[in-house]
Amino acid sequence: MIGRAARSEHVSGWLFVLPAVALIGLFGIVPIIWGAILSLQENDLLTPPTWVGLDNYRTLIHDPVFRASIHRTIVYTLLFVPLSVGGALAIAVLLNARIRFSRFYRTAVFIPVATSTVATGIIFNWLLEPTYGVVNYLLSFVGLGPYGFFQDPDQAMYSIVAMTVWGWLGFDVIVYMAALQGVPDELVEAAKLDGAGRWAIFRNVVFPLLSPTTLFLIVWSTINALQVFDEIYVTTRGGPLQATTVLVYYLFNQAFELFHGGYAAAIAYVLFLITLVFSILQLWVGNRRVYYS
Amino acid sequence: MRLRLPFSPRHLVLLPLSAVMLLPLAWMLLTSIQTLDESRHFPPQLIPSGIHWQNYPDAWNAAPFGRYFANSLIVTLASVVGNLVFCSLAGYAFARLHFFGRDVLFVVLLATLMVPFQVTMIPTFLIIKDLGLVNTLGALIAPNLVTPFGIFLLRQFFKTIPIELEEAARMDGCSRLGVLLRIVVPLSTPALATLAIVTFLWTWNDFLWPLIVITSPSASTVQLGLASFQGAHQTNWTLLMAGNVMALAPMLIVFIVAQRYFVQSLASTGLKG
Repeated sequence: MIGRAARSEHVSGWLFVLPAVALIGLFGIVPIIWGAILSLQENDLLTPPTWVGLDNYRTLIHDPVFRASIHRTIVYTLLFVPLSVGGALAIAVLLNARIRFSRFYRTAVFIPVATSTVATGIIFNWLLEPTYGVVNYLLSFVGLGPYGFFQDPDQAMYSIVAMTVWGWLGFDVIVYMAALQGVPDELVEAAKLDGAGRWAIFRNVVFPLLSPTTLFLIVWSTINALQVFDEIYVTTRGGPLQATTVLVYYLFNQAFELFHGGYAAAIAYVLFLITLVFSILQLWVGNRRVYYS
Repeated sequence: MRLRLPFSPRHLVLLPLSAVMLLPLAWMLLTSIQTLDESRHFPPQLIPSGIHWQNYPDAWNAAPFGRYFANSLIVTLASVVGNLVFCSLAGYAFARLHFFGRDVLFVVLLATLMVPFQVTMIPTFLIIKDLGLVNTLGALIAPNLVTPFGIFLLRQFFKTIPIELEEAARMDGCSRLGVLLRIVVPLSTPALATLAIVTFLWTWNDFLWPLIVITSPSASTVQLGLASFQGAHQTNWTLLMAGNVMALAPMLIVFIVAQRYFVQSLASTGLKG
């Protein structure tokens, strides 16, 4: 009797997970393995591939465009992550109070979260247009500019950073505000009674309690930053003079514009490796400093 | 003596910040009702001479936006329904049923979450090609019907439901599927809403995958259509902004109306992620 019940649980268990396992198997696990095989091939995604062993990886090491694209991706990440996570923390703390218009402020900060990356890119193409764009006009009031923004090789990457921070900031603020709700009032009150000033309370009470959230957002934003693509495709297309050719843009270009499928698969695996190294480092360093209540 | 403001000093930061956050969308709206000459004027005109609605019908007729919307809606709805059904089934099995290989399977599924999409993208394209799905909506739906993230999210939530309720229903002769549908699902609306909202937002705004598998306008989504619309009308900013407003409006309206639910959903993915 018990045997039959247990057997039926095995059967229903597998029946319940079967659709998910089949789909994730076909579109998740098979491609991960196939991707590794692909990276050892020369494959134009049309005709039968040829086996080349580690040649793709050897070529990568000496490919100046690839090396420059890694450098740019890391520069982008090192700008994007602190600006978006740090900015979001400051904004969340400011918004975490009962003040007038707070609903309006929240909506203003959150709304880019729902704005698609493509729409964001098209809007910023117009805002940052060198001749007629409104940003150059506004900057002229404080004696700056005019700038070329996306059309200037020295400014394009910073323009991409500004645009993507605008687009992603709201998500970080949402997560931080939820975490601030979890900070117990008693702790803040107790610190006040002990004579702590606002900055001391933030530094010694609130910030440590938020540290798991900060670590999560840093890891999450880094993963996203290393994979930035959409906004670059819609604005600079990796230019001018390859100034914004980041890793995933180069991968896309190799795979679907030049049809070097095997070479692109090798780039993808390097991206995987870089992502892993960043995540493990951050979690390793972070977990020693994070305060888990 | 300290200067005391009649209002919270927070406003001094939050007001300019809100202006900066809203400027891109406000400028898009303003340009969308200008004439082409007005838009090509420096310094830019902050107050338009009149409302030039004509850009909207012009944009609507310049590209098959109706088709794009229908495609995006089909793909998004199919992905949301697929995730709700398949992630519930799998999440429940992983939370409650003891079956052979469960823990290993769960770890393997979770491990796929760590692999960047770009790694699986090229082989998945080849699989879609072999299935004959290139340039069809099936190419956009099939790989998005279930996500390890959704399974994980629902499993964690299902585990918090008191098991006594399910045991009582089993005693009364309810099948496992019956328990899931009649007891677990009705008690899990917050988690299911989170999964639905996050899937909706993600699928509707997805760009890279459609860019790879779709080349024909008849199977294009809103995002893909918008990108090619820009390619076709490079510097016609009034037309581009009108098209952009149309493409953005449905999502932004849903977001503003249901902001509380969006915020709760995104916050819970962040806190539990």
